[in-house]
Amino acid sequence: MEAVTGTAFVVATILKTIVFFIILLLGVALSTYMERKVAGFMQDRSGPNRVGPLGILQVMADGLKFILKEEVTPGTAHKKFFILAPALALFPATVLFGVIPLGSPLPTRWGRVDMIVADVPIGFLYVLAIASLAVYGVVMAGWSSNSKYSFLGGLRGSAQMISYEIGLAMSLVPVLMLAGNVEMPVLVSMQQSFTAGPATYGMWFILPLMLSGFFLVVSGLAETNRVPFDLPEAEAEIVGGYHTEYSSMKFGMFFLGEYFHLITTGALISVFFLGGWDIPFWQGDNIRVLADGTVIGDPTWWKTLLTLVAFTVKTTFFVVFFMFIRWTIPRFRYDQLMDLGWKVFIPALMAYIMLMAIAIFALDAAGVPVGLRFSAALFGLNFVLMVIFLFVLDRGRLVRGATARSRAVPGVAAATASEGD
Amino acid sequence: MPGEVRIVDRPESESSYVRAISKGLGITFKHFMHADKPTQQYPDEKWELGPRWRGTHRMAVHEDGRAKCVGCGLCPTVCPVNCIKLIPAEDENGERYAAVYEIDEFRCIFCGFCQEVCPVEAIHLGVHYENAEYSRERWVYDLARLCENDHPVTALWDPADPSSE
Repeated sequence: MEAVTGTAFVVATILKTIVFFIILLLGVALSTYMERKVAGFMQDRSGPNRVGPLGILQVMADGLKFILKEEVTPGTAHKKFFILAPALALFPATVLFGVIPLGSPLPTRWGRVDMIVADVPIGFLYVLAIASLAVYGVVMAGWSSNSKYSFLGGLRGSAQMISYEIGLAMSLVPVLMLAGNVEMPVLVSMQQSFTAGPATYGMWFILPLMLSGFFLVVSGLAETNRVPFDLPEAEAEIVGGYHTEYSSMKFGMFFLGEYFHLITTGALISVFFLGGWDIPFWQGDNIRVLADGTVIGDPTWWKTLLTLVAFTVKTTFFVVFFMFIRWTIPRFRYDQLMDLGWKVFIPALMAYIMLMAIAIFALDAAGVPVGLRFSAALFGLNFVLMVIFLFVLDRGRLVRGATARSRAVPGVAAATASEGD
Repeated sequence: MPGEVRIVDRPESESSYVRAISKGLGITFKHFMHADKPTQQYPDEKWELGPRWRGTHRMAVHEDGRAKCVGCGLCPTVCPVNCIKLIPAEDENGERYAAVYEIDEFRCIFCGFCQEVCPVEAIHLGVHYENAEYSRERWVYDLARLCENDHPVTALWDPADPSSE
């Protein structure tokens, strides 16, 4: 089936933009509610339950509160940047959502409509480019507030986000090597199995590229500035960090920005490693569009709906997982954060990329065809690497005291744990 | 060197990271799945108060609606925080009654001495606690309000064993 063209294309794109944006907004609203509910359950509370059935309207009450509160702009703040910063905090996560394929193509009377707002050929390069813009919101907010706490938060934020951006980008390199393409729909179809067309891996990339997925989840967590990487807003030491001076809806936008990021990160990880909208153990939803426009598979409207649901489930899984992490793990100390980023992740990723390149090359050279066997071999390798990495990380004394490194300093006595704390 | 820096070389079991995190995630997950929460849905579900709960006062009344108080003045005397204001008066039959009887529930410490000391069992503490008001003045309960209160009265001692033996 041909893709929609002309007026139908314009109408379809506008409709998709509106619908997807509403889905994203709803998701954000629901995830703020869910976060509080999940946090409540974990702490043996019931969470918000007074506004509306099960407290679901709490979101509206919060929004109303944000809008009605007095808005204060510090007299010494840089007005232009102060206003621009919250907008910049929301912007990257929102526009990133535009390149994420949400479901299988929808056949209509006017042609095939791909369930992606903008199928840009540069795919995840666009993702990396836009994701790095997120740091501007934090830096600008920190600097323009003209407050020490905000400034420290902004500095921390910029250092952290730039550090982990490297990890984020590098953890996607193995995906690129495996898929051989940067287009997001192609990435999805590479994780499905087909009988016709170019060979695919038939396995979600989380299996053949397990370690990569692990790095992406952790770096994504750092990029969204969530616990345990929420140093830019560490309330214990720097009040509220970069958004200390913000009030009313401007603060609300930072708050919502975090959830926009959360959902977008979850969606991106789903696309890269959990097969996007692919429904597991069912071949009926394996639909792809080749570069020359031929459609393999049989797109129907109910398959589109089903795959949309599957994608939502996967994204929700990551959102809930991030919430679990937030309510479990304490915040890193700043030097631990930087250690993890620069001394653990980047060298490990470099080694991993090289290993994967060698493995893929070796498998190619050995004449293993692209397919299930290929990815199974990579899975075996990754499993071993994952075990080794976790073993080292676990014993790497990541959380040792800051004084431990001064062990070599003369005059500093060493004590063992048996002597008591 | 001012003071000595002590470095604790912790054993591996205490400084592991991955294992500790998995354990922590397991604990949060366990609590997440636990359905029974100790939360009480307060305005919907009320506390079960004991019979000896000492709360808002109430004044016992005769069948014709008059307060039982005879204005003897024992309760303002015994009150440790001076929250009872009593101006006694005498009617045409020579019977004493309380012309003004006010209790400042804000000052009251709900010790129950007034109930204990009352010779005619007129003033009582009540098994009742929801007495929020919009102004401080409203916290001063006058005689009419005290008589209107109809919550159960506090049992300062076990009715089956009045002398607490």
